[in-house]
Amino acid sequence: MKTTYREALREAIRDAMNRDDRVFLMGEDVGSYGGCYAVSLGLLEEFGPERIRDTPLSESAFVGAGIGAALNGMRPIVEVMTVNFSLLALDQILNNAATLLHMSGGQFPVPVVIRMTTGAGRQLAAQHSHSLEGWYAHIPGLRVLAPATLEDARGMLWPALCDPDPVLIFEHNALYNLSGELADDAGPVDLTRAAVRRPGTDVTLITYGGSLAKTLTAADELAADGIDAEVIDLRTLRPLDADTFLESVRRTHRAVVVDEGWRSGSLSAEIAARIAEEALYELDAPVRRVCSAEVPIPYAKHLEEAALPQPASIAAAAREVVRGG
Amino acid sequence: MSSPEQWTHPEPDAAPAATAAKPTAEQVIAGLRATDEGGADLVQLLTPEGERVTHPDFDIDITPEELRGLYRDMVLIRRVDREANALQRKGQLGIWVPLLGQEAAQIGAGRAMRETDMAFPSYREHGIAWTRGINPTELLGIFRGTDQGTWDPVEKRFHPYTIVIGNQVLNAAGYAMGQKFDGRVGDDEGEATMCFFGDGATSQGDVHEGFVWAAVYDAPLVFFCQNNQWAISEPTERQSRLPLYQRARGYGFPGIRVDGNDVLATLAVTKWALDECRHGNGPILIEAFTYRMDAHTTSDDPTRYRLSDELEMWKLKDPIERVKVYLVRQQWADSEFFDGVEADADKLGEELREFCTNMPDPPAERIFSNVYAEGNPNLEAQRDEFLDYVSGFAGGEH
Ligand SMILES: Cc1ncc(C[n+]2csc(CCOP(=O)(O)OP(=O)(O)O)c2C)c(N)n1
Ligand SMILES: [Mg+2]
Repeated sequence: MKTTYREALREAIRDAMNRDDRVFLMGEDVGSYGGCYAVSLGLLEEFGPERIRDTPLSESAFVGAGIGAALNGMRPIVEVMTVNFSLLALDQILNNAATLLHMSGGQFPVPVVIRMTTGAGRQLAAQHSHSLEGWYAHIPGLRVLAPATLEDARGMLWPALCDPDPVLIFEHNALYNLSGELADDAGPVDLTRAAVRRPGTDVTLITYGGSLAKTLTAADELAADGIDAEVIDLRTLRPLDADTFLESVRRTHRAVVVDEGWRSGSLSAEIAARIAEEALYELDAPVRRVCSAEVPIPYAKHLEEAALPQPASIAAAAREVVRGG
Repeated sequence: MSSPEQWTHPEPDAAPAATAAKPTAEQVIAGLRATDEGGADLVQLLTPEGERVTHPDFDIDITPEELRGLYRDMVLIRRVDREANALQRKGQLGIWVPLLGQEAAQIGAGRAMRETDMAFPSYREHGIAWTRGINPTELLGIFRGTDQGTWDPVEKRFHPYTIVIGNQVLNAAGYAMGQKFDGRVGDDEGEATMCFFGDGATSQGDVHEGFVWAAVYDAPLVFFCQNNQWAISEPTERQSRLPLYQRARGYGFPGIRVDGNDVLATLAVTKWALDECRHGNGPILIEAFTYRMDAHTTSDDPTRYRLSDELEMWKLKDPIERVKVYLVRQQWADSEFFDGVEADADKLGEELREFCTNMPDPPAERIFSNVYAEGNPNLEAQRDEFLDYVSGFAGGEH
């Protein structure tokens, strides 16, 4: 079946709502408006205003209320317009969602799912465009997902709702219009493993989310140069499936990490550190990282493009580790 | 006071769920009622029909010249708004945030301010910007995506536009506290701050915390809420059971609902509020009851969630028409005046178009500018590496 990332997400919500009447969706403008990125368009008509809830404009409140509803046995899906606005709810996510199980001696699991948009590339300027999923991947007690494909957009929500722990799902804004074929019986996917999206032998390119497509494009460019790159999609940012990328690096002996987040103190730093800890002596070249410039995401189109990882900069980094610059 | 019915939501199960295309009859009626009536406490000095009425607490002496000035402001800023909207449609702007319908709320509030007062806008306050002496061309970069607005916020006393809903309210509270600590409050020469936000913003914790702070520190702050009835697709009833101005009481300061489509009433109420603040009697909440006549932004399609009937009804309360009627009826303005304003508007529109299409793209180094006030070695190294990489491409100025 031909579909888009947006429709696959919607189908996943619909499916979850049909499977379990404890599931409901809430957030700003998710009702008749259909959500900021039109993911929930049509669901109000289908499920009614009790299960597709427009909320007052207050991130801390609707994330906190989602946590409360989860404590009471519901399975809320909370939509936050963008990761930048999730900062208004950071207290709820870290101090409550991620901590209550531990602090209640195991009595209070928090099975809430919080979906949000992340990333740059649509000229939305510095308060709508950051990639902060790496911050959330820093927090014990959370599971952090980054669907980059139609299968994962369709398949990650249900297992996330079944997870007794809080799960954050990051949807990169460049992906909503991604279209392609999805199997008619596509359904829940495994959340524990990273995926090899392109096998290769010369260098391992490790990425996730909105950078996957750019990295695959870079790999095609590299192939034309005679460099056979392997591309790994992390899929789950916490807990990390390090085995998959370590196994790859042990074969290719070279690694480039591509992450739209900032470089210093980041998810890309974590991956590079894991490689250094577990596979340093397998490396033929230092690990390279391709990240966003460490600035507030610029507004002008050409500046925004220049500040983000792009196929050309990814390919350049890969060439450097393969050929020594 | 509002009647008890206004204090509760309609029963959620009372009627079948509406579809996006077709609200239920109950919803239509509830919607029209809610948006039509400003209620008994609404301060109005000029009715939608252009009739001058009085108010026991708020009145204003206005000269013909002053009223002509307010009219001119509103016509010009509406033209700026329509012109920018059209520029977006032609692909010259990435997005535009229309103020159509909110001209009186903004011109009335803005003209009540003195040069020494400070303003914290959200993102729709083009009319306030106008009253602060900011050339509308300086707004265009924000919407074309070339810069973040070029006015000097200190000189103009107009803070940069704020996008994250409500978070400027805390900064405004702090700024107003500073005015007080500095001893710039207490008499006729005192200073005050105005903070602008929408009906939707009133649900944010930041706004409530701003209310608390301003109240306990007696800050000279006028909270100016433009209740334009909608927060994107959500009606004001999604944010509050209580009429918004009544919230102020719970925080311990006065709240006033003014007809935000009445420039005279808005001017009178805001002048009074600023004066109270100057003398140390702040803060004060003003709810300007108005209507967003156009989409939330040019990316929005309001037919998805609201009825055209509602719009038609608000057209009858147009903020500019009533002033025109009054000016004519009083013989305070003749056709020469109105033609002159039209000609000024045409000229302004032309300037905007001209300016917009000739805006230069910023240079690549801009990416690294103003991240730190002073230099930062890590960032400078990244910048040099970046510029070096970029210069490797042919013709690669950016
Ligand atoms: C913290 C935060 N959450 C969500 C948004 C997205 N958003 C932008 S405008 C808006 C509605 C604001 O409504 P209101 O306060 O009534 O102002 P209006 O747009 O009507 O002038 C929303 C939800 C945002 N910018 N910031
Ligand atoms: Mg509003």
